[in-house]
Amino acid sequence: MRSRRTTVLWALGGLAIVAYTILPVLWIVSLSFKEGDDINNRKFFPSEWSLDNYRTVFDTSLFTSALRNSVGISLIATVASVVLATLAAYAIARLEFKGKRWVLSTALAIAMFPTVALVGPLFDMWRSLGIYDTWLGLIIPYMSFTLPLAIWTLSAFFREIPWEMEQAAQVDGATPWQAFRKVIVPLAAPGVATASILVFFFAWNDFVFGISLTATDRARPVPAALAFFTGESFFEQPTAAISAAAVIVTIPVIVLVLIFQRRIVAGLTSGAVKG
Amino acid sequence: MAATTTAGTAVADRRVGRARLSDRARGEQRLGWMLVAPAVAVMLLVTAYPLGRAVWLSLYSYRLTDPEGREFVGLRNYGVVLTDGLWWQTVFTTVVITVVTVAIELVIGFAFAMVMHRIVVGRGLVRTSILIPYGIITVVAAYAWQYAFALDSGFVNEWFGLDRSWFAGRWSALFVIIMAEVWKTTPFISLLLLAGLAQVPEDLQEAAKVDGATNWQRFTRVTVPNMKAAIMVALLFRTLDAYRIFDTIFIMTGGAEKTESVSFLTYRQTITRTALGLGSALSVLLFLSVVLIAFIYLKGFRTDLSRVRGE
Repeated sequence: MRSRRTTVLWALGGLAIVAYTILPVLWIVSLSFKEGDDINNRKFFPSEWSLDNYRTVFDTSLFTSALRNSVGISLIATVASVVLATLAAYAIARLEFKGKRWVLSTALAIAMFPTVALVGPLFDMWRSLGIYDTWLGLIIPYMSFTLPLAIWTLSAFFREIPWEMEQAAQVDGATPWQAFRKVIVPLAAPGVATASILVFFFAWNDFVFGISLTATDRARPVPAALAFFTGESFFEQPTAAISAAAVIVTIPVIVLVLIFQRRIVAGLTSGAVKG
Repeated sequence: MAATTTAGTAVADRRVGRARLSDRARGEQRLGWMLVAPAVAVMLLVTAYPLGRAVWLSLYSYRLTDPEGREFVGLRNYGVVLTDGLWWQTVFTTVVITVVTVAIELVIGFAFAMVMHRIVVGRGLVRTSILIPYGIITVVAAYAWQYAFALDSGFVNEWFGLDRSWFAGRWSALFVIIMAEVWKTTPFISLLLLAGLAQVPEDLQEAAKVDGATNWQRFTRVTVPNMKAAIMVALLFRTLDAYRIFDTIFIMTGGAEKTESVSFLTYRQTITRTALGLGSALSVLLFLSVVLIAFIYLKGFRTDLSRVRGE
């Protein structure tokens, strides 16, 4: 009887958490469906649901180009960062070499770096190198700041892989390539997926580099574009249009969270779980 | 005599053994560095070099719009910053935001971690939903909260029967900024605490229960001491992160009403005003304050980071 009551109590707690996480999201979704005077009706829900704001947003080249930039830059940065981090994490997990601790400490220090302190000099450097306001100009800093996270996540993960299975497979007659592809890749894939998602979230979320190292829609990503968004005309309040754009860029986040919930939780806590 | 010879050969043997091993070890060293080098190079390219350059630029009076007028001024930029009331005001604002945000997050985060740890029904749903604030773009979260409190479009005033212009005053604006930050980052701290909770031995809890400890006693005497390291790591990460606050302030107030943070002031000087000399001095001071916070945690509170590195 008592345990049933506690079950219900914890479930109510869970309900509170869901309400906490979902309420602001619901609000921006509902705002994005409001139209005309409805925007200022100060009610949570629209009196009529309208898709107008989404039409406006997709007709605005400022947004569509920003969306293209965000998707392209985030994906390239994710792949590049995860490839480099995989190499590094493999070395850290499996090889003995001097300076291993130094690499890990450096990565940790960089993760704590105040990014704004770097945008001044980077702004200057990128202009003289000719990569200011380009995709590359954002991909490089995204890589630097996601590598630490990716390296820890992956090296914590690689330590757990039973590498002797590779030899076992070879003893059983597999070629080195087969042993790698059939044994090691499936074991490592979940870790790589986790690191990729965390890296993608960082790149997708970035605002500081996005506004500092871009000037036009050539490379400006969505978060930065949102801050400069003016809506359909300059005389109209951009509230509803920004909400629609905000909802669109939140969809990929929600999809990834729904599919990879377990992986993300494991990745975020991988370091801390180890005693 | 015979004994010495045997001992001699043994030493020689060991030496040969070590030489052979060190050959192999040297190969491993080289491979290790080859694999690590690209990642290290990219990480340092965007941090160490620009930081060095910021230190160097901070010694000059230098505006991007007037490159010819660049002149060496020594530490004068630092003097200008440290004697300016605006700097101390932004430091104060940033510290208030950091302390209040982290304190609230620790409490809510703990409650969330407890729920996620004990919940049976709907465990997956709760863990999925808590990742939404974590994954959502900070700028998007800032807009959602800003519009919710806005005088014209917001529902908050309506719900609570108020007619407050939240962004017109310093403390009410900071209140909304802190709310948005707490909402967005509590999931992170709660997941780190959840990982810590999982480490508290269940039999200790049972033993305390048998001995007649109340729930609160079990929490303060058993749970918290057993996950102290996890708590400190979570606090360190969140404190450093909160101190760097930028996005939310940029969107919500643009630094108006004395809500400017240290990061925001640095951005405004370097990028908006293109005063690279003065801005670089601010960058260096921002960096040093982050180092100071990390130092206080690592030495003062003896936070054990080896747990984070998973060693």
